Amino acid sequence: MARVFLASPLRAFTGGEAEVEVEAPTVRELIAGLDERFPGLGERLSSGTAVAIDGEIMSDAAYLPLPDGAEVHFLPPLGGG
Amino acid sequence: MTTAANGYKWVGTRPVRHDGLDKVTGRARFGADWALPGMLMGAVLRSPHAHARILSIDVSAAERMEGVKAVITGADLPELESEAASGGEAEVDFRDLSRNILARDKVLYAGHPVAAVAAVDKRTAVAAAAAVKVEYEVLEHALTVDEAMAPGAPLLHDDLFTKGVEPAPDQPSNIASRYFYEHGDVEEGFAQAEVIVEREFTTKAVHQGYIEPHAVVADTGEDGRSVVWCSSQGHFAVRSMTAKVIGWEPGRIKVIPAEIGGGFGGKTTIYLEPLAVLLSQRAGRPVKMVMSREEVFTATGPTSGTRIRVKAGADREGRLTAATAWLAYEAGAFPGSPVGPGGMCIFAPYEIPNVRVEGFDVVTNTPKVAAYRAPGAPMASFASETVLDEIARELEMDPIDLRLANAVAEGSQSTYGPKIRVVGCRETLQAVKDHPHYQSPLQPGQGRGVATGFWFNIGGESSATVHINEDGTASVMTGSPDIGGSRASQALMAAEELGIDVILIRPTVADTESVGFTAMTGGSRVAFATGMAVVEACRKVVAELRSRAAKMWGAEEEQVEWVDGSAQHRDGSHPPLTLAELAEASAQTGGPVTASAALNARGAGAAYSTQVCDVEVDRDTGAVKILRYTTAQDAGRAIHPSYVEGQMQGGVAQGIGWALNEEYIFNGSGTMENPGFLDYRMPVASDLPMIDTVVVEVPNPRHPYGVRGVGEVGIVPPLAAVANAVHDATGRRFRDLPMSPVRVLAALDEAGD
Repeated sequence: MARVFLASPLRAFTGGEAEVEVEAPTVRELIAGLDERFPGLGERLSSGTAVAIDGEIMSDAAYLPLPDGAEVHFLPPLGGG
Repeated sequence: MTTAANGYKWVGTRPVRHDGLDKVTGRARFGADWALPGMLMGAVLRSPHAHARILSIDVSAAERMEGVKAVITGADLPELESEAASGGEAEVDFRDLSRNILARDKVLYAGHPVAAVAAVDKRTAVAAAAAVKVEYEVLEHALTVDEAMAPGAPLLHDDLFTKGVEPAPDQPSNIASRYFYEHGDVEEGFAQAEVIVEREFTTKAVHQGYIEPHAVVADTGEDGRSVVWCSSQGHFAVRSMTAKVIGWEPGRIKVIPAEIGGGFGGKTTIYLEPLAVLLSQRAGRPVKMVMSREEVFTATGPTSGTRIRVKAGADREGRLTAATAWLAYEAGAFPGSPVGPGGMCIFAPYEIPNVRVEGFDVVTNTPKVAAYRAPGAPMASFASETVLDEIARELEMDPIDLRLANAVAEGSQSTYGPKIRVVGCRETLQAVKDHPHYQSPLQPGQGRGVATGFWFNIGGESSATVHINEDGTASVMTGSPDIGGSRASQALMAAEELGIDVILIRPTVADTESVGFTAMTGGSRVAFATGMAVVEACRKVVAELRSRAAKMWGAEEEQVEWVDGSAQHRDGSHPPLTLAELAEASAQTGGPVTASAALNARGAGAAYSTQVCDVEVDRDTGAVKILRYTTAQDAGRAIHPSYVEGQMQGGVAQGIGWALNEEYIFNGSGTMENPGFLDYRMPVASDLPMIDTVVVEVPNPRHPYGVRGVGEVGIVPPLAAVANAVHDATGRRFRDLPMSPVRVLAALDEAGD
């Protein structure tokens, strides 16, 4: 079970909930699970976001496995100079 | 040969860089050094107006000129849908990218390209560009966030609706998006504070200032394919972005990387490449385009000018109880300022229980901003680290002790969301506190300032191929342009893995058809991510070499070890076989030995830097002299310490320029008035003392050698470190950058000093 922490702008989709638990083996399925519970959230998270799993920030992580109890945050995309 | 003190034979040593001789003798070929038979020269017609509607463009006179071979305008580029793509680096909207390369219905800044010409020589091309007739309807302009966010501001885009606000606005504005983050209860946090400081800051747009201007040669053949030579921070990205803008499949373009004379983020996008490819296609001849310095300043990415408000509170022991920030960043002509990363970085060195950050991405009639070293972080850090300095003074605490009382460590709750992993924030603070510089006395009139900065660093996609040559040397091919000594660092990691002298490694930056896809050199990712690919490819090579040795000995692979560049039988029953001997025998044992690795590197380690600066202010001229500067930075592991130190020093030098002198100055028409290095004042060697470096090593557990990126974070603290030092010297706070002599003098005069 992954623990998903939602920043304030995303809570509009969850009725204000800041932390939700989702059973999902990968990031892609986690987003699908979130979208099922909170319609529209999946689309919001599918593009233009990076994901942090247990503090490790990455993009292009759709098929990455989620360890049990993983803490997941969605962040603005990061690049660099 | 030196042996590093870290237990490695090669990693951590300082060999001469493999590309060094070519660079000091002038043999290295940069973007403008390429020439092909029959080559034409290109030129660009640029908007003289900061904001205007294009009523008509007439290219007929230009096309009729003798020697002119092709003329293109925005009408020659396909119209693209708005489509955001990560491209491995910052977000790119291809519609905006296309419209920045050639304007369509409007020009959005003075310098915006309107038409491009190819002719037999540069003089003819420039004359032909000037002969393109453009009829404009000049519009009111907005150059800063203040102007662009003001009620009634002239709109750059009538289809731009602010993202990230609820309810969604029904009117367009210049605010492209809003970033918002909070945790805890800031009101409650401020109620617990003993000291609260709230201040407002501004910074000006500044340019990356790379020495080498943008340059390209494109040769488009009858087969509909084009070969492009250019200097960039990522030739695969140049290929994909160019293809997108001109409506081609990426496979029709081959990009051959030139050496790069500085990028600092500014060469992570494209300007000339689609023009050169199309002009070459039209003309049937190769086309070369090289920007002037004025074009570089007026039409390529500076970073944002900003307005930032910060409020922070601390208890009596200096523990931060709450912090808020409001940030507005200029994006230039199209959305995409680094306000998001700025908002994420602004308090990131510290654990603060209650935080609220709100940021706005604001379009302005200035060149579209491009990435610049730790994009968005330096100006944010200028604000927060100046406020911390004030809090430390109010609490009568040492400024480093205040920071140590709040610094993040493994497991801390970050101020941008996730928990912190293994980092060296506290270690950099302690390194400065323990440094002789920090212990040294100041003379009367001198001042000292400190600041700490953070940058994420990224991983991403990288590929590497390693060939063992018949003479026992190894070719290491990567797709990462070498902007900071990365050939040397890749070679050192390969030498360590293969167990051969680093001089026997031949590191090459391969073109888009000779190595696998590799994301841009940016985000401080190359030693980390491409290094990981090199290490993985080398380990495959070593496995193959062990297999070859086993074959030669009639042994099992498990019986063969790789020790110091040789295959050794575990029971010592055979004399060792060196890599050179195995290479020589390779035809007999299975053919050439080569291996590739391609990956999307995860686990980039965050970077922190703490810096201390001593200054003296000339009270007659207002000039700030940097007397002494020390920077401590967590490199994870310094693969080639000289280039780590170089990155640290380079970041500081650019940050000092940002703090003291650099700024875009516009006239009333919205035209840049200082587009040259005489008037846009970057620091030169005589402006700066030797910048002392302390390389802190808290290894990143997710890299085989513990590497963190080192290229960016060094530019984050200097703005505040210098400002805090100037305050210490003069008693005056400077919250508007740059602290140029005229501003400093005015402030001192106002104070009666």
